[in-house]
Amino acid sequence: MNSTTITLDTTGLLCPLPLIRAQDLAKELAPGSSFLLLASDPGVYYDIPAWCRMHGHEMFQVEESSQENVIQMWIKTAETTSRSSE
Amino acid sequence: MEQPTKFRAVKAIALISGGLDSLLATKVILDQGIDVEGVNFFTGFCVEGHTQAIRKRQREKIKRNNALWVADQLGIKLHIVDVVQEYKEIVLNPKHGYGKNLNPCLDCKIFMVERALNMVGFDGCKFDFVISGEVIGQRPKSQRRETMAIISRESGAHDRLLRPLCAKNLPATLPEREGWVNRETLHDFSGRSRKPQMTLATEYGFTDYAQPAGGCCFLTDQNYSSKLSDLWNTRGQRDYELDDIVLLKVGRHLRPNHRFKLILAREEGENNFLKGYRQQYIQIDIASHTGPLALIDGDPNENDLRVASRIVARYSQGRNESNVCARVRFPDGEEKNLSIQPYSAHEIPEHWHIGV
Ligand code: SF4
Repeated sequence: MNSTTITLDTTGLLCPLPLIRAQDLAKELAPGSSFLLLASDPGVYYDIPAWCRMHGHEMFQVEESSQENVIQMWIKTAETTSRSSE
Repeated sequence: MEQPTKFRAVKAIALISGGLDSLLATKVILDQGIDVEGVNFFTGFCVEGHTQAIRKRQREKIKRNNALWVADQLGIKLHIVDVVQEYKEIVLNPKHGYGKNLNPCLDCKIFMVERALNMVGFDGCKFDFVISGEVIGQRPKSQRRETMAIISRESGAHDRLLRPLCAKNLPATLPEREGWVNRETLHDFSGRSRKPQMTLATEYGFTDYAQPAGGCCFLTDQNYSSKLSDLWNTRGQRDYELDDIVLLKVGRHLRPNHRFKLILAREEGENNFLKGYRQQYIQIDIASHTGPLALIDGDPNENDLRVASRIVARYSQGRNESNVCARVRFPDGEEKNLSIQPYSAHEIPEHWHIGV
């Protein structure tokens, strides 16, 4: 369905950890890269779009698989870098 | 530290807890035209998120991260930083001690301000000062005039720590002296009343903010602190992993003896959540009747498993039966059934309940 090659599996983690893991991965990726986020905490329905809006990333597809309640979010990182360094 | 120049705008980093004070403090500085980014530290003890996600899974209300919501409202970028490991030192060995419960607020503030000041912004530049939503006298231990001076000094921020909501009650900081912010536009709030903050929130048009008077973390909660103390006492060492402190937020905790404790789900969301721990803990449920799932933390013997099963049965639909079938699952996948009699209410001593 998608040419996404990187999958970030955060199932079982509670918010805000899925968001933190997504944020950390986005920092590592080249601008404009895509990845698939798997999550089970429904908190991502608010957090991920808000985070994408804030940093210019794009969440271009969302699906929830009926089995195991896994939420799938396809995210494309911003074309310009927005890097936090810790 | 490098000073802002005509080529580099003044930049500040705001500690965003997700509550009203940090929202207002940041807004006050943003309105001065300062470039602000926010930071929220994930310690593992945060009130929001976890319990909401576990217990309210079926409800309609949007589960939002309040720090993210605040940043979104303010139109600033937010760094959410996982400090679970390094924060342990603060919880386990707070130099300034604990508050009323196991909350090391003073050390926690020092840690967060220091961490924030040493961060680098999304543009790769360092920050010129830190914004905190503290108000003198708001919290009895950590937000007093004396402790504010300690936080400024021991964090290394000194006069680069600005508290816009009570700045007029404190000596002028570097951003004020340098004219980066106008001291006249800052506030002189003090004391426990939330009225000035609420009035300011109304002026700004903020209505949907989180828990105006709430604490930022579970460590201020007496029940939670009792469970954490119990964990340290029975393990014989003051330490924890993230799973430990998350599980302290979930279910009823009963300790019949020093070998084990039982974590018993209180509703379906918790039941589902505890199922996720099948590879780490022994699990018990009642095969013959509807009822909660329980995890066993510790090293129970055969008799302990029967005791645990009888407790679980007490909270199941089979509580009035003379015998029910308890299913015990071990982390390696082995399973066994026990035929047991549910405890009656008076057979479960009060002192078995931890943190109630
Ligand atoms: S309540 Fe918790 S997060 Fe807030 S200052 Fe105290 S220890 Fe830190």
